[in-house]
Amino acid sequence: MKQKTTTKTSYHIPIGPIHPALKEPVFFEFEIDGERIVDVDVKLGHVHRAVEWASRKRNPIQILYIAERICGICSYSHPVAFALAVEDAADIMIPERAEYLRVIQGELERICSHLLWAGVAAHEIGFDTVLFFTWQVRERTLDLTEFLTGNRITKAITMIGGVRRDITKDMLPRIQKDLDYLKECYGKLGKIFLEDKTIKLRSQGAGILTKEDALKLCAVGPTTRASGVKKDVRVDTSYFAYGDLDIDCITPADLTGTVNGDVYDRIIQRLLEVKQSIDLIEQCVDKMPAGDIVAEPKIAKLLAQLKKVNGEGVGRHEAPRGEVIHYVKLDGNDAPFTWKVRAPTYNNILPWIPMLKGEQIADIPIVAASTDPCISCTNRVGIVKDGNKYELTKEQLHKMSVEKTRRLMR
Amino acid sequence: MKFTMLPSVFAQMFKKPWTNKFPAKYIPANTTKFLADVGAGKAKLIPPVETPPNFRGKIVYDKEKCIGCQLCIKVCPCEAIEFKEKEKKIKIYLSRCCFCSQCNDICPVSCLSMSDEFLLADVDPYSKDLIVE
Ligand code: SF4
Ligand code: SF4
Repeated sequence: MKQKTTTKTSYHIPIGPIHPALKEPVFFEFEIDGERIVDVDVKLGHVHRAVEWASRKRNPIQILYIAERICGICSYSHPVAFALAVEDAADIMIPERAEYLRVIQGELERICSHLLWAGVAAHEIGFDTVLFFTWQVRERTLDLTEFLTGNRITKAITMIGGVRRDITKDMLPRIQKDLDYLKECYGKLGKIFLEDKTIKLRSQGAGILTKEDALKLCAVGPTTRASGVKKDVRVDTSYFAYGDLDIDCITPADLTGTVNGDVYDRIIQRLLEVKQSIDLIEQCVDKMPAGDIVAEPKIAKLLAQLKKVNGEGVGRHEAPRGEVIHYVKLDGNDAPFTWKVRAPTYNNILPWIPMLKGEQIADIPIVAASTDPCISCTNRVGIVKDGNKYELTKEQLHKMSVEKTRRLMR
Repeated sequence: MKFTMLPSVFAQMFKKPWTNKFPAKYIPANTTKFLADVGAGKAKLIPPVETPPNFRGKIVYDKEKCIGCQLCIKVCPCEAIEFKEKEKKIKIYLSRCCFCSQCNDICPVSCLSMSDEFLLADVDPYSKDLIVE
């Protein structure tokens, strides 16, 4: 019998939207040749929650708490970016002490988030002892968050024009104690991540994002900085009290001298940022001036003031995953005319493609996790009509976008 | 070092676990009976981890002080508060509340406050425990 000749072809593997390896719903389609990934397609839109829609009948104070629920990990970054946008629209000056308090909360959130990520990354490569260790450290950070804000995750600390809770003198020893603990553990964590063979084996040279690609695809946050792009809202725009603090944009080169843009660099980047955050909190505690913590303590008055505002504002904040942007337009009603959120993961999705191409199937989890994706925060548009879900083409989207601009300009 | 986590792993074997065995060390065979026993003083609950000061737990409402201004309703993000027209008082459905404490902040007569009670799990969203009035 004549043997059939076969030509070598690639095959497709769909992963998701719901898959045990994924923590959030996202759909990948991989084109695989043997063990190598030839091409990747990413589809989003499985967890649209209509957060922006819910804002249409709520006033800015209520939206603060809706914004908080966009993401459980960035439950400070979103409301604060929204508050910045409203303050921009309404020309509210926030007191200096509040600027420092906002930095403290923001950096504390960054520490929690990066530690959580470090644990997840270790888990993705099967190094679960490190997962437990990092989360043990994170637990202390969460306890500190609870001590400062009243709850562990949904902090409810942001107020338009300031913050809701002050840090009093008697709280300082506790903060210092926890920061000392963090610093001690930071040393240990650094050793594990930088010296352990297991982590190096899997992360060095994996999922490379070149500087050019990072720039071209507009990656943000640690993902782009690990590729050597010095992009950090805290340094670039010096909002809050960052202008008065000693802060510099860090890249992995500060530790290793070179930038490779691989998973290993993204690990180093986040570890360095944890250290930077601890340092920033200490600086804030030292330098914080006395004074008010909120511009308008009477909330009913604040609401009346916001109702009179006619204008638009943009809030930008460096969240743990990168720049988060909130746009808001107030038009003299209780509820804002529109509110738009751009979460950082949105920018960090396209970089997955150059990262994953040429890697092996087994590298998918760690490479995908290395950008610290937060899918649910990213999903802003999903269209369901007559029970069918459909997607928009680029042209349709463009048309809608132009229409929206016109509508807003009216 | 090749295996940086090994010392921690060994040390862990001799440490007391961090986990607080709340509410009992082992899951009781019959929860209702266990709770009845606790009520009768026959069994003991292992207390939960203490909440920090200024924790935002179940809302406490001082009905006498309330002037019925409805400001709390205006700021509640979850629409958890209902106004009782006749009495001019409010009713809070905790099953909807997100414990943001915004109503506490805006109340002009400070008749709302937050306790440290957080054991609010219930099968009925309208149970007596979950309605504050
Ligand atoms: S705590 Fe927040 S969600 Fe709960 S009733 Fe008060 S304002 Fe509403
Ligand atoms: S804000 Fe205070 S006084 Fe006014 S209705 Fe609510 S609870 Fe009563």
